[in-house]
Amino acid sequence: MIRLEKRPTPSRAWAAATPVLAVLATMIAGGLLFAALGKDPFAAIRIIFWDPLFHEQFAAYSRPQLLVKAGPLILIAIGLSLGFRAGIWNIGAEGQYIMGAICGAGAGLAFYPSESILIFPLMVLAGALGGWAWAMIPAILKTKFGANEILVSLMLVYVAENVLASVSSGLLRNPEGHGFPGSRNLQQWGASANPELIAGSGMHWGVVAAFIAVIFTYVLLTRHILGFQIRLTGESPRAARFAGVNPARLILICLGLSGALAGLAGLFEVTGPAGQISIDFGSGYGFTAIIVAFLGRLHPVGILLAGLLMALTYIGGELAQLMLGLPSAAIQLFQGMLLFFLLAMDVLSNFRIRLGKAEVA
Amino acid sequence: MDLSSINPVFLIASLMVAATPILLAAIGEMVVEKAGVLNLGVEGMMITGAVCGFIIAVETGSPALGFVCAALGGAVLSLLFGVLTQYLMSNQVATGLGLTLFGLGLSALMGQGYVGIKAPPVPRLDLPVLSDLPVVGPILFSHDAMVYLSVALVAAVWAVLKYSRAGLILRAVGENHDAAHALGYKVIRIRLLAIMFGGACAGLGGAYLSLIRVPQWTEGMTAGAGWIALAIVVFASWKAGRVLLGAYLFGGITVLQLNLQAAGVAIPVEYLSMSPYLITILVLVIMSADRSRAALNAPGSLGRVFHATS
Amino acid sequence: MKRRTLLAATALAIGFGGAAFAQDKTKVGFVYVGPIGDGGWTYEHNEGRLAVEEAFGDKVETVFQESVPEGADAERVLTQMALSGADLIFTTSFGYMDPTINVAAKFPDVKFEHATGYKRADNVSTYSARFYEGRAVQGHIAGKMTESNIIGYIASFPIPEVIRGINSAYIHAKKVNPDVEFKIIWAYTWFDPAKEADAAKALIEQGADVILQHTDSTAPQAAAEQAGNVITFGQASDMGEFAPMPRVSSIIDNWAPYYVARTQAVMDGSWESVDTWDGISTGMVKIGEISDAVPADVKAEALAMVEAIGAGEYHPFTGPLKKQDGSDWLAEGEVADDGTLAGMSFYVEGLTGEIPQ
Repeated sequence: MIRLEKRPTPSRAWAAATPVLAVLATMIAGGLLFAALGKDPFAAIRIIFWDPLFHEQFAAYSRPQLLVKAGPLILIAIGLSLGFRAGIWNIGAEGQYIMGAICGAGAGLAFYPSESILIFPLMVLAGALGGWAWAMIPAILKTKFGANEILVSLMLVYVAENVLASVSSGLLRNPEGHGFPGSRNLQQWGASANPELIAGSGMHWGVVAAFIAVIFTYVLLTRHILGFQIRLTGESPRAARFAGVNPARLILICLGLSGALAGLAGLFEVTGPAGQISIDFGSGYGFTAIIVAFLGRLHPVGILLAGLLMALTYIGGELAQLMLGLPSAAIQLFQGMLLFFLLAMDVLSNFRIRLGKAEVA
Repeated sequence: MDLSSINPVFLIASLMVAATPILLAAIGEMVVEKAGVLNLGVEGMMITGAVCGFIIAVETGSPALGFVCAALGGAVLSLLFGVLTQYLMSNQVATGLGLTLFGLGLSALMGQGYVGIKAPPVPRLDLPVLSDLPVVGPILFSHDAMVYLSVALVAAVWAVLKYSRAGLILRAVGENHDAAHALGYKVIRIRLLAIMFGGACAGLGGAYLSLIRVPQWTEGMTAGAGWIALAIVVFASWKAGRVLLGAYLFGGITVLQLNLQAAGVAIPVEYLSMSPYLITILVLVIMSADRSRAALNAPGSLGRVFHATS
Repeated sequence: MKRRTLLAATALAIGFGGAAFAQDKTKVGFVYVGPIGDGGWTYEHNEGRLAVEEAFGDKVETVFQESVPEGADAERVLTQMALSGADLIFTTSFGYMDPTINVAAKFPDVKFEHATGYKRADNVSTYSARFYEGRAVQGHIAGKMTESNIIGYIASFPIPEVIRGINSAYIHAKKVNPDVEFKIIWAYTWFDPAKEADAAKALIEQGADVILQHTDSTAPQAAAEQAGNVITFGQASDMGEFAPMPRVSSIIDNWAPYYVARTQAVMDGSWESVDTWDGISTGMVKIGEISDAVPADVKAEALAMVEAIGAGEYHPFTGPLKKQDGSDWLAEGEVADDGTLAGMSFYVEGLTGEIPQ
């Protein structure tokens, strides 16, 4: 009889070891999958986990790309983690990400073709505000009317996608674009561009913002009263109320912060790697970030690592498609497996495995 | 603009068909959540059901068998979620999202040889006399069997939850798993059964798409229906009757907005196109504001990890 | 392999220049926006890739990447493909335009081909298909066959490509049936079977007995089949499994000849940056078999039109044509220029409703 016994405090050793074990387990299970698909399992695993970092032909390019891919994921996940800790469920980060990009791009394009250096800061501000405002809708509906934020934030994703399609072919459409949908390229307009800060490093303002958010949140959670209130509310809403936490205020703050960060992520993406507002601008970062947040155990440093790991599987997965002709579905399945193993192995850091009969209590 | 071209009878008949996939998935998910488990993997289970149902129906020529296997496929996939969250106590939100990724990938691989094939036709229940009745005929008596099954399922879930002992136990487990455990109920076993029921329903919903609505297999064909189903459960504040209402409301507005577009109504298309989501929010707000406790209907232990300490 | 790696590594060191030389096989890459199992747009591009493999056998190696989101991801995927030593890369969605141009600038020795865009460079060609030629044939058949005089049109997004198709179909339906009316639904999606089915049903319930679609799934076909006396046309791929009814014909995207020809050009060293906009004449747009549900005389007329368009004797946008607001567009006998067609953002006279912005 196997049974689990809760550890008084999570084991630090296991907390560090489980991700490694999980990755190893995924390699084995994934290897079997790839072998079943008729591909060389060892090559596939090497390409996914090793080549993006160390392959002599690709790594110089793909290593910095890890940061580019992970940046928005981390930024959004950090914001979400605050709410998730307090039991506030913002499922609509994708919508806030889209609205941030639209507002930011719109604010900038209103001044086209000015080359003022104030434009980029203005866009950053507008991006954060756009995401914030979109998140305020579920926040206010929740605090004023008790409407469930899961539903409202999720529905607003679809509304944001409709707005995106509309502005891409209407309001923000590039007047020189021959009638095709899509805005001007913001990356190629000096005033709005969000380029690599150091050539070949992958660092753009969005990545910088992600790192700042990680540090800021770490300090907030460990040193600040707000962080304490967030943690307390998550663990025991009743106790939090006795301790004088105002739940409505907390909802507004948590949703607002996560919306603003998602909006920022959208803005940095549209001015940098993506380059323009287009119908297909939203590519699911807002949903993937939820996974990243939980994979990182809602801890800022954990989220940083989880974001990088997710980015690695995306880029490695792309390389595996390219070099081995693996279907993208196999990569999706593989990512799902990795998640499962990571989540399942977590049990080892919180519980001890005991063999033998349960004691009679 | 020509509103007379919209026939309300057809509209109602169409919305019932349009809502059936999300209704099936939502009623299953509601049972899961009633047991205190939040499974965000509905989309993944739906699409797995869609592909399983399609493959079996094509291979055997029997859509009925296809639906059975779709339910099985969804249930088996959900078991993966069940084992992870119940025995290994993994985080439910993340595991559910992982299940969606997994299901989308798995279904695409399974369906590789089935693109561009037509499914065997599903007969409509044409009841002589009844189907020909004016108004009620098209609305009530001319659908395929799955439409009736979905409504029956809602009624059954409602009755079981409300009146049966099993329903009482399920709700007890969802409200407070520690208390239920103390009373001697097998929390984990009950939850696993609920999760599998949810998976089976989602699978049926997916198969309704691949065998009746579309009917064909293409990758990613559920196109977000699972997410809408999740929203409907919240919308319904975990009540079976309201799941039906929510699904029909959402399906109805979707169908209505398309009809309004076709009729050339002078409302900009982009507003019509986002109207199902906005109106769902609006109705939720009205309902929540009306009874300020509506939002508190969520099962007490929803999403929380259970570990028996004694 | 070793040598190539080494060379590529040096190439990287000198700034991404010329990763693609010293190979025996010509490597051709394809970037797809959807999964190859979508049964529509991407499926047909992949058929083109398979045709390249078949045509050149051992002399080519093809690689592809599916479901690549437009924007940042596309740029990375393209760069990695170029780094891996591809000689020729086809980017098969409009949204890949800027990424293609950016990456092409970094790899001057790699040839790029971007579908449906308008930006070119020394090593970037563009290619697109005149689907509106096929729409004209559909419009003709639709106008002849409709009994309710209501034709339903499921449109995706309000972009020139889609608007052009609506205009072309309408002009030719109207020509043979002055009473014809178009009901248009904008689905705001390229692919959402459930929504497409709902749209088709809404149109049918409002009296449409012909459904034209500019979305990729077969759901509208199934809805029409269920309704009975409604005809449809296959989109992107033949959708022949719904023939002879409701699907009476189709427009097939046939990229194979172009892909084979361009690969050949790279092998010969004769590749040049060009702007290709081909239609029925070169086979890039194929009209799927017209089924027996179409009366013989209508079928003969439709085939004659296909013939005339293919031979260059007839252009679907030939004046006299007016815009929706009644202003003159094309004078008698005048033919629309490609520039106007490429950026078309207005309806022709007779269509009702507004193009969403």
